[in-house]
Amino acid sequence: MQTSPAATVQGEAHENPALLHHFATAQQQKDAASLGMWLFLVTEVMFFGGMFCAYLVYRYWYFGDFAAASSSIDLTLGTVNTAVLICSSLTVAMAIRCAQVGKQKAIVVYLVLTIILGLAFLGIKGIEYKQKFDENHVPGWANFHLEGHIPRHADIPVNQQHAQIYFSLYFAMTGMHALHMIIGVGLFSYLTYKAWKGRYAPEYYTPLENGGLYWHFVDIVWIYLFPLLYLIDRHP
Amino acid sequence: MATAVLETGERETYLNREYGIKSWLLTVDHKRIALLYLMGITFFFFIGGFFALLIRLELLTPAGDLVQADTYNKLFTMHGQIMVFFFLIPAVPAVLGNFLIPIMIGAKDLAFPRINLLSWYIYMIGGVLMLITILNGGVDTGWTFYTPLSTEFLKTNVVTAALAVFVSGFSSILTGLNFIVTTHRMRAPGMTWNRLPLFVWAHYATSIIQVLGTPVVAIAIVLVALERTLHLGIFNPALGGDPLLFQHLFWFYSHPAVYIMILPGMGIISEIVCCFSRKRIFGYKAMAMALLGIAVVGFLVWAHHMFVAGISLYAALIFSLLSYFVAVPSAIKVFNWTSTMYKGSITYQTPMLYAFGFIGLFTMGGLTGLFLASLGIDVHVTDTYFVIAHFHYIMVGGMVMAYLGGMHFWWPKISGRMYPEGWGRLAALLVFVGFNLTFFPQFVLGYMGMPRRYWDYSHSPEFQILNVLSTAGATILAVGYLLPMIYFLWSMRYGKPAPDNPWNAAGLEWTIPSPPTTYNFEEQPVVTWEAYNYDEIKEEVPVAN
Repeated sequence: MQTSPAATVQGEAHENPALLHHFATAQQQKDAASLGMWLFLVTEVMFFGGMFCAYLVYRYWYFGDFAAASSSIDLTLGTVNTAVLICSSLTVAMAIRCAQVGKQKAIVVYLVLTIILGLAFLGIKGIEYKQKFDENHVPGWANFHLEGHIPRHADIPVNQQHAQIYFSLYFAMTGMHALHMIIGVGLFSYLTYKAWKGRYAPEYYTPLENGGLYWHFVDIVWIYLFPLLYLIDRHP
Repeated sequence: MATAVLETGERETYLNREYGIKSWLLTVDHKRIALLYLMGITFFFFIGGFFALLIRLELLTPAGDLVQADTYNKLFTMHGQIMVFFFLIPAVPAVLGNFLIPIMIGAKDLAFPRINLLSWYIYMIGGVLMLITILNGGVDTGWTFYTPLSTEFLKTNVVTAALAVFVSGFSSILTGLNFIVTTHRMRAPGMTWNRLPLFVWAHYATSIIQVLGTPVVAIAIVLVALERTLHLGIFNPALGGDPLLFQHLFWFYSHPAVYIMILPGMGIISEIVCCFSRKRIFGYKAMAMALLGIAVVGFLVWAHHMFVAGISLYAALIFSLLSYFVAVPSAIKVFNWTSTMYKGSITYQTPMLYAFGFIGLFTMGGLTGLFLASLGIDVHVTDTYFVIAHFHYIMVGGMVMAYLGGMHFWWPKISGRMYPEGWGRLAALLVFVGFNLTFFPQFVLGYMGMPRRYWDYSHSPEFQILNVLSTAGATILAVGYLLPMIYFLWSMRYGKPAPDNPWNAAGLEWTIPSPPTTYNFEEQPVVTWEAYNYDEIKEEVPVAN
């Protein structure tokens, strides 16, 4: 932020140290940053969109096998994780609110809480992956095997090939989501450091707001992944 | 405000303000980043061109005698991947777009200068991965990475090649994102949307495709890499996976990518045609909307690459119809360039020669595209040299012509030096002749039935004469491409110093010194005129010597 030589070279006195040299006003800079972030989220939608498209095709073709494979996943872990992630979105929103009203210390507290919740999500995800590895539900493994039959058709066993496609999508989609979570935790560690240094105030908190947009986006992806992967044709 | 003067007495410019490798590698100046890109892109252009020459040399004789079959597969694969992902897609946006867009809209820089530098580093990392692929023995999937060939059967460096394409894609995404935000948020007072040069409109349309399309091919290629390394089975037919799904995801980006390559070229041609006809562009709004139209319709035609791949007849019919729609905005462009020249006072400087070449060759490439959009002919000529000739007319005859035209047009602004006009015209002529000699015979070859990607055609030696013509043309083309590189480099030291506006052209970039200062404008410009106000500029283009 402070590395732009222009402000000094051109001899323009800026009151706002966050204003970069090539912007005329702070408002222009904030608008540019927001538009850039939203566009980035559009690219993310398209990125995940490719996998959602593949998911739709195969779920339509192999519905029974997908339902059977889906019910092998621990629903409790998935539900807890959903709750954890929604809570983390709340703490992000609270952090931004605190920046707007100038509560410096509370920003840091809420950001740290967000990071803890994010790590909790990743930990629970790890336990879930461990289960899948222990149960030999890993696609491409020679000993891949999924017990059971297609729901409401006790005479039709699960097609092992199609179940592998389900688990390929499961690992690809949740894995890509987890990767975004890891990046998010890194991003929020940086934001926490900056907030701890007192960087964000009611006049300037754009990075916080954009970081929040990213976090909410990753959250929303999970809101779609959870029903699509965990709740296919589940009945009590 | 007085212009800054260096101790040596020279005027301070973006080029001489700082020296040393660090001042380049850590620069956030869009103009310096453009030159960094220029070096990378030129390097990859000649690597890709070298592979093309080897391909043409192999096809000089019917027998497969110069290289092994496997080597030939690697040659055309790496020619395609390097030219598409490391030259054609970044060339105009990352070099000329980067340099000119902020200046044309009256801004000091792009909206995100550091992201701009980041995207150059990402491009170079992708490029290094591609070089590693080559040095490790190459890759032979064809540039399309089709599954299950790429995932199950090949033993070559598919993963590093996929990674190279994936990484360079992010460079493209960030450039597009930067341009969109810059166009929205950084325009000078008075620079309304209807006053934007078409060059900026063209890059805006291009950026939309980059932002919406590139992530999709990125995930498709990641899934291929995961399928190879971790044995996920999303496209694996042995598990019931669908290779066609990969083709859909691939072409969803890679067809619009064709428009990433050609739209910026169209922007260049609009600038050149107006300047050297001394007229405002004919149908400004139609031209701008046609650019957006191509970008939008371009997203709806991808499956015309898959007519023989096993998609349903109804899907094929719809995609065939939609493909014809691309012709409408494309024709608007060609007709309006022609109408712009009508009753204009035309001069034949080098950039204009390239513009003439572009309009003719793009028209031929576009019309043969209509042949291919019709199902019957497409089935007949799928995977033949007809298709090769068609897209090279667009990519090389269109895009590379426009790129070279633009480089000549703005070289005085970029370098502050004039290139030698006589050599420029000679090179333009050589490129045009060499290009047609290379690729026109391929239309005939393809229609006669010569398949693409074959290294041996000894079963039908009657193809040889046309192949010899094509190889001869490629040699001329190579000379035509080497010449500008040599005299551009020469002109940096020995060229005549360029005036601020050597063509008496309209546009903000010609109101500032050549080469510009680091922050482009001494004072914030205020725009009160329409784009291409040549009726207000009475001077003609100075006669070159």
